[in-house]
Amino acid sequence: MKKVFVLSIIGFAVIFFAAGSFGAETVRVGGVMAMTGAVAAYGQDAWTGIQLAKEMVPTVLGKQVELVLVDSKSDKIETANAVSRLIEKEKVIAILGENTSGNTMAGAPIAEKAMVPMVASSATNPMVTQGKKYVFRTCFIDPYQGEIAAKYAFNELKAKTAALIVDKSQDFSVGLAKFFKDAFTKMGGKIVAETFCVTEDKDFSAQISFIKPTNPDVIYEPLYYSPVALFTKQARELGMKTPVLSCDGAQADELIQIGGKEVEGVAFTGHFHAKAATTMLAKDFIARFKEKYKTEPNSFHALGADSYFILLDAITRAKSTEGPKIRNALATTKNFEGITGKISIGEDGNAEKTMVIMVVKDGKFEYLTSVNP
Amino acid sequence: MTFSGFLQQFINAISLGSLYALVAIGYTMVYGVLRLINFAHGDVLMAGCYFAFYGMLVFSLPWWVSFSIAILLTALLGILIDRGAYLPVRKAPRISALITAIGLSFLLESLALVIFGGRVKPFHRPSIFGQVIQSGDLYFIALNLWIPAITSLLILLLLIVVYRTKVGMSMRAIARDMTTVRLMGVDVNRITSITFALGSAMAGAGGIMWALKYPQIDPYMGIIPGLKAFVAAVLGGIGNVIGAALGGLLLGVLEVMIIAFLPSLAGYKDAIAFLILILILLFRPTGLMGERLPV
Repeated sequence: MKKVFVLSIIGFAVIFFAAGSFGAETVRVGGVMAMTGAVAAYGQDAWTGIQLAKEMVPTVLGKQVELVLVDSKSDKIETANAVSRLIEKEKVIAILGENTSGNTMAGAPIAEKAMVPMVASSATNPMVTQGKKYVFRTCFIDPYQGEIAAKYAFNELKAKTAALIVDKSQDFSVGLAKFFKDAFTKMGGKIVAETFCVTEDKDFSAQISFIKPTNPDVIYEPLYYSPVALFTKQARELGMKTPVLSCDGAQADELIQIGGKEVEGVAFTGHFHAKAATTMLAKDFIARFKEKYKTEPNSFHALGADSYFILLDAITRAKSTEGPKIRNALATTKNFEGITGKISIGEDGNAEKTMVIMVVKDGKFEYLTSVNP
Repeated sequence: MTFSGFLQQFINAISLGSLYALVAIGYTMVYGVLRLINFAHGDVLMAGCYFAFYGMLVFSLPWWVSFSIAILLTALLGILIDRGAYLPVRKAPRISALITAIGLSFLLESLALVIFGGRVKPFHRPSIFGQVIQSGDLYFIALNLWIPAITSLLILLLLIVVYRTKVGMSMRAIARDMTTVRLMGVDVNRITSITFALGSAMAGAGGIMWALKYPQIDPYMGIIPGLKAFVAAVLGGIGNVIGAALGGLLLGVLEVMIIAFLPSLAGYKDAIAFLILILILLFRPTGLMGERLPV
């Protein structure tokens, strides 16, 4: 009797484990997002967008999509570790992320070597995709952002002189500052002061005191939301009424929460505003987002969701989950009607996108205008 | 640099230095009594900020009530840290206590991350502190006057405790020779806990004022101020309360004024504190005011 009992247990175990391998397969997509740290707003917002996108389109090639998230902690080294882990341990077929240029660049070489496609949602520095076949993005790049910012400063704000505060610890900030400076001086503007900080800096009084006597017509802040909030706040407290122009990094709730009334009037270039939505997907996404979260989605929600949709579209067109095939499909994305507009991605991995100019008004991000490429 | 520009920076320097001084005192007091660098001190600062934040947000307490309660809670946290983490390793080699301190620091940061979330939170600044004061070309917020004033008051109260009360005398005695003090019938553990409570309360007050000055809080906000306060304590002479206060002020002044005169170095601001640490340890490790007693 005992023998029969033991044999049947073993039998069931064999069937159980064998059955497991016949079960429904999933398509594993990895996400490396900054959920904690200096740029946690971008990561958390992007992931929220991706999860809502998954609710909207949960399957691809007839299989369920499984999302695997690893926190990059807003850190370059952690991003690289996360990408390694997603590829080697979690065996994902593609990676969404990261959110900032510097961090994405730290993880990109690993994905490139493993031939796993990586789609960054909001990394805007040109070097992110340069020289790589497997790295893509769903956003515009910074030479464009710097140029449009300079045009806005020169033409709309009528600024002839500009002062800059640059985060030297972020590739994004250094790159964008350069592009702005090049474009602004080409139009005839003059850079009267350029000061530096690092992302974790809280005290900008030295930089502001340096800028103040040069009397610029505009202060350009190509920084992430915390430094923008603190710098602008301190500048106003130190008596500077100069208009402030910032970048896509400014569009986080924290900017207004921390900056308070001192960030009223800050204008910035960005990716998305609900009022500028044109596509059906956008309207659908916004409606679902409003229903779930009682507020409008911002650029990072939208871009995160777009990265998910674009990846799934590529997988569908490639009819495969193999890296090289997905890669080729991504590189031939044409006029995909994403939330953030029509998205076309070429061999260079970059997307040509419409830019949105926004301003902080009455404690909210208000839509000003759109600029087409 | 104009005179008003200099004055502008100097006011900020004193304000920042006062904050470093408050937090440095906590480091130095604990070292004096236990010969231990409490690396979790910066995270106690962070905890104080979150207590104050939630006091205002969740319990809708008026700010002065929330801040007072937060400081009390931070003092309690200090006692908890002492009893829970450091007391059990009191008889172990000093390296064990050091490792415990580092581990405790990570624990507090990770707990805060899990409980409070990874995104920065805005700290409410009452208008009495946020008022912009202008005098000609000189602009500053009222807070930059309040901070040195409150810090001076707190340090004065602490010095009264340390030099004019029996508890303070016990603290100073323990710093000299713990074993003999035990033989004298003093409850050393009780005095140690009181030391932690006082040091942590100072850190809590310093933290709240830090959050008022830079109105955003996050679980890792205590690391940099904690490290700089540690440098300040070493600069002034670890174990010496007045040394810590002066060290804090000096560090704040050096940090702000060096960048004020050399704005191109603005990105290296934090490096100044650590450069000072290296220099002090190389050339005058007992600090400016020396240790209270030769070891």
